Order: sequence, then C-alpha cells, then structure tokens
Amino acid sequence: MKTVFLSFTLLLSTLCLFAQSDRFQKGMEANIALLDSAKSPDDFTTVAAAFERIGDAEKTQWLPYYYAALANIWKGFTDAKANKDDVADKADALIAKAEAIAPKNSEIALEKSMAATLHMLVDPQARWQQYGSVVNSSMETAKQLDVNNPRIYYWEGQNLFGTPTQFGGGKDKAKPLFEKSLALYKTAKHVSSIYPAWGEKSAQAMLERCK
Amino acid sequence: MVYKINYITFVLKSKLMKKLLFFLTIISISNFLVAQVRISGSVRDNRNRPVYGVSISVKDSYDGSTSDSSGNFSFRTTEKGEQTISVTSIGFNSFEQKVTLATESITLSIVLKEKLDELKAVMVTAGTFEAGDKKRAATVLSTLDIYTTGGANADISATVKTLPGAQQVGEQEGLFVRGGAGYETKQFIDGTLVNNPYFTSTPDIASRGRFSPALFKGTVFSTGGYSALYGQALSSALIMESIDLPDQTAANASISPIFLGAGYQELAKDKKSSWGVNYGYTNLVAYFKVVKQTPDYFKMPQFHSGDANFRIKTKRGGFIKYYTTFAAGKLGLRRGDIDSSYIKDAFGIDNINWYNNVSYKENLGKGWKLNSGLSYSTNLDDLTNQLQDENNQPKTFINAPWMSDKNFVLKSRQDLSQIRAVFEKRLKGISTVRFGSEYMFAYNKNTYNGLTAVLKDHYNAAFAETDIYLTNNVAAKLGTRVEYSSIIDKASIAPRLSLAYKTGKDAQVSLAYGTFYQKPENMQLLQTTNLGYTKAIHYIVNYQKMNQYYTFRIEAFYKKYEDLVKTAPVIDNSGEGYAKGIEVFLRDKKTIKNLDYWVSYSYLDTKRDYLNYPGKLKPNFAADHTVSLVTKRWVTKINTGFNFTYSYATGRPYYNFQKNNGTGKYIVADEGKTMDFHNLGFSMNYVRQVKSAYAVVVASVTNVLNSSQVYGYNYSYNGLRKEAITPPAKQFFFVGLFLSWGVDRTQDVINGNL
Repeated sequence: MKTVFLSFTLLLSTLCLFAQSDRFQKGMEANIALLDSAKSPDDFTTVAAAFERIGDAEKTQWLPYYYAALANIWKGFTDAKANKDDVADKADALIAKAEAIAPKNSEIALEKSMAATLHMLVDPQARWQQYGSVVNSSMETAKQLDVNNPRIYYWEGQNLFGTPTQFGGGKDKAKPLFEKSLALYKTAKHVSSIYPAWGEKSAQAMLERCK
Repeated sequence: MVYKINYITFVLKSKLMKKLLFFLTIISISNFLVAQVRISGSVRDNRNRPVYGVSISVKDSYDGSTSDSSGNFSFRTTEKGEQTISVTSIGFNSFEQKVTLATESITLSIVLKEKLDELKAVMVTAGTFEAGDKKRAATVLSTLDIYTTGGANADISATVKTLPGAQQVGEQEGLFVRGGAGYETKQFIDGTLVNNPYFTSTPDIASRGRFSPALFKGTVFSTGGYSALYGQALSSALIMESIDLPDQTAANASISPIFLGAGYQELAKDKKSSWGVNYGYTNLVAYFKVVKQTPDYFKMPQFHSGDANFRIKTKRGGFIKYYTTFAAGKLGLRRGDIDSSYIKDAFGIDNINWYNNVSYKENLGKGWKLNSGLSYSTNLDDLTNQLQDENNQPKTFINAPWMSDKNFVLKSRQDLSQIRAVFEKRLKGISTVRFGSEYMFAYNKNTYNGLTAVLKDHYNAAFAETDIYLTNNVAAKLGTRVEYSSIIDKASIAPRLSLAYKTGKDAQVSLAYGTFYQKPENMQLLQTTNLGYTKAIHYIVNYQKMNQYYTFRIEAFYKKYEDLVKTAPVIDNSGEGYAKGIEVFLRDKKTIKNLDYWVSYSYLDTKRDYLNYPGKLKPNFAADHTVSLVTKRWVTKINTGFNFTYSYATGRPYYNFQKNNGTGKYIVADEGKTMDFHNLGFSMNYVRQVKSAYAVVVASVTNVLNSSQVYGYNYSYNGLRKEAITPPAKQFFFVGLFLSWGVDRTQDVINGNL
C-alpha cells in the first residue's frame, strides 16, 4: 500500500508542477502572440503589463521581463506620441530585472542597445555621445555572448540602414548584415516556443528595401 | 482538470484510500477549483482625473489588466481568498489593497498619488536659464547649442548673450546683465569662484572665455535671484558643472589657420576613472596678414594653453575630479592717441594664468550628500603702455600730465585660493536642505610704475538653503547667506526666496526675491579700504510654458542698487540705481520643418549714479531694447548644419564727464547715443567620417552684413575730440577642421532618424 501511496503522491506532485509550468508556458505563448500582433500603442501597453505581471508572479523567469521590456521598446519606436524617455526608462527597469535573473544573456544585452537608441532618438544631435556608445557597446556584448544570435545583425543592419553613407552607413553596408541575420535565422535552434524568435520577417523586409 | 480528479477519487474509493482522498480533496480545492471573480473599477489621480495605462494586478498571479483612457479597468481572476491588489503606474506612487476574493464581483475606486519626482516637479525658473543635457524645466539650451550658435564661435559667454537679459557689449568681456556692469556677473565651476574667467583683454576689445563648453555637462545662467549657495555677484551668476566621465577613450586634433590643438582622453576599462590632456596654440600672424585690422599689431597675438584632468568615481557613486589649465599669451598693438595727431599708444600684454580645481562629491548615506571643492588660481599680467612718435620711438611728456600718465608699466598678480563644503540632506519626498560654508583668500599685488600695493582679503561665508516641495506642483526655495570680508571688515546677511507653482500642463509661474552683496572692485580698494559692500535687491516674476518642442518664457524684474561705489567727489558708498524690464524668450523646434530657432527680447530701463557719474544716468553699457534671433538648420543630405544669429540692440548712451576743479564734481560736458547695433553671425558645420576619424569642418563669420558697429566714444582730455570705439576689424572669419578618433560614431543615428 505504501508504494501505491507514494506513487500517487509522486504522480500528483508532477501533475501540479506540470500544471504550474503549463500555466507559465500557456500564459507566455498567449501574450507572445498578442505582442506579435500588437499594433496600437494601447496593445503594447496592455501586453507589456501582462508580461510584467507574469514576471512578478514567477520571480525566477527572465523571459516575462524580457518581453515586457521589448513591448515597451517597440511601443517607443512605433508610437510617435510616446514619451520616448519614459518608455525607455520603463524598459531599462524591466531589463535590469531580467538581467538580475539571467546575467550575461545575449538577448538582454541587445535590448539594452535598443533602449539606448530610444533615449538617443529624443534628441539625437545632443545625445548621441552619451547614448551612442551604449548602443554600440551593448551590441558588442550581445555578440560576445552569442555570436550566432540573428537578431543582433538584424538590429545592426537596421541602425546602419538609417545612418548616412558619410558615416559608414547606408544600404550597401546594411545589406550583408540582413543577409547574415537571415542565414542565422535559418539555422537557429528553437530552444522553446517562448524563447525570443522575433525579427526574421523584419530582416527579410529590410533586405528587400536594400535591393 | 476538476473532472479528472473527481474521476480518480471515484475509482479509488476504498477505505484504505481515505487518507489519500483527503489529501486529494485539499489539492483539488486549492488548485483546481476554477471559478472566476470579476474585478473592475476606475483609477483617478488626486485631482480626480482618470489615469491611463495603470497596471492593476492580483499580486503574485498572472491576472490583471491596464486602465483605459477613461481610467477604467476590468478583469477576471481565478485567485481566491485573501489577496492583494497591486496598482502601479509610471509617475505615481504604487498602491496596494487587500481584498477577499470569493464569488462576488469586486469594484474598486483607486486614487493614485502623484510621485514626487525631481524631473517632473516644478522648478524655479525665475531668472534661470540652463544649458545642458538634463531634462529640467530651466534647460532651454543643450551643450551642443553652444557649439552651433552662429557667430558665437563656441564661446559660452557669446552663446549666453543670445538669451534675454544680457547686453550686446562688444568692447569689454563679461556679461552685462539687466543694467549690471560686467564685473557684477561671476562665474563658478563646480561651486568655486573663477577669478579670471576671460583671457586678459586689451582696452576696448572683448576677449574670449578660457573654458571650453565641452568641459561642462550643465551651465546655469542666472539673470538674477540666484541661490544662497553663491554670492559676491550683484547681478548675475554663471554656474558651470563639469562632466563626470567622458563617454569613451578618444584622441582629438584641431587644425585652423589661427589655431592648432591636440588632446587625448582616456576612460579606464572599468569605466570608473579617466584622465586627459589637451594642448593648443593660437597665433594670429597669418590671419592678420589676410584680414586687415585697424590697430597696428607690433606683437602678434600668441597664446599657448594646456589643460589636464583626472576623474575618479568612488565606491558610493561619488566623484573626485581635478582640472587644471595653464595659459600663457602675449600681444601688443598700436593705436593713434586721441590727444595728439601723431602720437601713438603702444599697448602690450604678457599674461600667465594657472587655474586648478579639485572637487569631491560623495553620497554619505542616509540621504546625506557632500559637495566640496578646492581651487587655486594665479594670474600674472604685465601691461605696458608707451607713447610713441611717428617712427615708433618712445616719447615722454613732462609738462602735460594728461599725456605723461599714459606711459606706464603695470605688473599685476591676482591669486585666489578657495575651499568650500556643502552638505545636502534629502528630507521627506524630494524636499532637500543644504548648508555649508566657504573660505576664500584673495591676494592682489599691483606694481604701477614701480610703486607696489598689496591687497589681501579673507572672505568667509556660511549659507543654508532648503527646497520644499509640497506636491509636484508647488515648490519653495528659502535661503540665507552670511558673509564676512576682512579687507573692508564688514559682514552682511543676504536672504533669498523663490517660489514656483505649476499652473497647468507644462506651464508654471515662479517668483524670486533676493539680496546680493559684492565687495568693491580692487581698483577702488587700492584707493581706500574704508568702503562697504555694494548691494542689489532683485524681484523677479516669470511665466514659462515648455514641452519637448517649444519653450516660451516671459519675465519681468525690478532691481534696486544701493551703496554703489562713487569715486567722485569723494570715494564712498553713496551710489545707487535701479533697473527694471521685461524679457521674452521663445524657442521652437517644430513649427518650421528642420528649423530650430529661438528669439530673445529684452526691454531694459535702468539708471545709476556710480563712479564719477554726476548724477543718476543710464549707464553706457545699457541698451533699451535688445533682440536676438538664433536659427539652426541641419541638412541631412549633405550632413551640414547652417546656423545664423542676428542680434540687434538700440543705441547706447555715451558721456564725456569733465571735472570741475573747484568742487571736485564731474559734469556732463557732452553726451549722445551710439547708432543701433546690428550683427549677423553665421556658422556652418559639416560632419563626416574619414577612415577611422570623425571630422567636423567649421566655418564661421561674424557680422556677415559688414554693418558698422560703434560701442561708444572715447574723448580727448579737453573733450574737444571724440573717437568711436569700434571692433579691431569689422568681421572675424574662422575655418577649422576638428578631428576625433576612438569615439565610434558610425552607429550614430543622428540624422537618419531626424
């Protein structure tokens, strides 16, 4: 009887654990889908808050904070009315939480670069000195941590695309980066369904614009 | 899930399983009973306005929502029992409420309190303009603006002159603010007073400031009513805060026909310390060959300047910073003497200046901060004036005292040592109290034609100030300063008070009041030390509306001068005066695409009786109306910025005072008004990358329209002849190439995203 009791206990605890992680998995998947389809600033705000709630509840998962920061960053880039500094400050705070859980993470390092870009865009001429170096150094860190992260090259290409040719930017410089990025997307391993996978379509679209 | 568990329990119905069943029931209740409770409500701020984008959640669960634009929210939760609802939003204090979740819906009315935030809180802007990169209410210019103001040639004072309150005075350096003379404005670096902020000047020619704008992360230009932390400036203070650490290791070089410079700045790998050195050499020989100057330069202007710095970040986030600059320069020029048809004045300067500043700021814990500084500077001037004949040979006059006085040799040394400490304690919210003291020792030695006089002053000051924030919308600053100067053996108490009130979104009103004292000038103290402080009382009211793209300010002031130094008929403190006026500032980065511009207008009504003035007169540095229009346009396609600055001022008065030998009093023998002043300055900067270097080509010219500029008139001793005071050349041209390496600016999204 004892064995039966023990095996049941075991079965049940696995069941609970499964339910727990299933809730996380499902919650994340649902919100990632929402983030992918987000269009209006409100969509981004809502989904960012949802990710943050998951992060606060889980306490040991970096991905919710990562996505919450990402939602804020995308909001900053897409909503012309957004106060970029506020949004980027919020992203920075979330990035710090993610990093505390998962230090030395290439994806998080890349987010830092993106948030710094947002700060810089508030007043590029006056701020590039302060934030430009963060944009670059964070991107370098991201490469050091995972040289095969396709999103880094997409982001680097995106930045070069917007940089005038006189400063070493332009389509010609950006194109090989988008190509490299796309090649890496092809070979990228799917760690899990909730691991960062965004950017392939955008890289493809940007490559088209380089032609 | 519920069914599944129930099924299992059914199958396992047996006595032996009772224990297990009990266990299962517990689990099913706590984990698998899914019934949802609806939580809804609204979020408002303490003024009953809906708050949008607030995150509402059941703490430690996934369940929650964000408020919509009417502040409403609604969501369902599966959580049960005692739970905490957590409400968070940027700019507001977080809010938590305990609720018991059963089956009924819950409606919440949440009132959020605005978070007191230094960046959002109202700030006293009366009499304050800030240039820097901080997001603050008084910040109207960025550091970059100083570099890109047409005609200002990257000189801090020249840029500040485009703001309201400052006069377009071109015959002397210094900022002439609101009816105040140039020496009534003092400059401070990291809290300590700068004794010789400008290069030593020749009579009737203004000189540049010694300090590069790149040294500072913020510059506050106070046109009055400034903080009790500063003193000894009757009219205005220019408060500069040095940068902490450079962004990157970099080398730089500058090449221009008049200037060569090179520098290196290293940021340690751990980004906790840095050091740097710069050297520059200026020589105007080639320039003066091409651009003819009115005076005859017999010693071509030449300057060497070097500076060095180190900065260390402390463990607690404080900084130790050291900056030193050394400059040596000379020049000599000849101009026709006003009292003779053939005699010339040959004026020469040899100057050596050494400035040192160490500052230490530290977080002491428990809300305490320390800001301290030490500075030492020495300035050696060797000034000579020699009367020369048509062959440039020395000439002496024995029977004409008005001529013989013009042959002189003046050696002057000015030393200033200073120590200062300010403690700051954060009170409740963001209210703060600051107090501290400073001590200065000034040593001045003048040897005039062999006669030496020494002035020594021990100056002590203690001050306290508090910033009180009642809410983000109401702030008050109260301060007092007590000063003692040994050379005049007098103490003074200077109270300061300012208030700010936010009247609406982006709009605020502020008021400032203050009493300011200043020691008499050295020239006067050399005659007698039996003098008191000169005194000014300021009253300022200001309205400002500002957002990301626009700044609009209007300010009115009244200033009363008392105890000004009179030098005739006797030297004493019987002078007085007033200044009042209205100033407007508008900056607009948005209305005209790709054009950023600002306009300043100042109206000034001032009179004073001081020095040898026969009575209350409008001083010769005061214009009634002054206007500046600064425009900046960046053309992305060609990576070039075009900057124009147009300054206009109505004519200024000039006088010829003649001494009545009987009474010792002066009378106005002649007076007039100069022609209006016009100056259109232009600069362009072209930026591009050349290999690993980032290059900026700057070209600029002052007085593009070649307007005649008259700053005033000099009179012959008998008053029969007058001569206009004009710039040494109508225009000043500059072309330079600035290179820097190491700062990787390729990612610079500067323009692609504009």
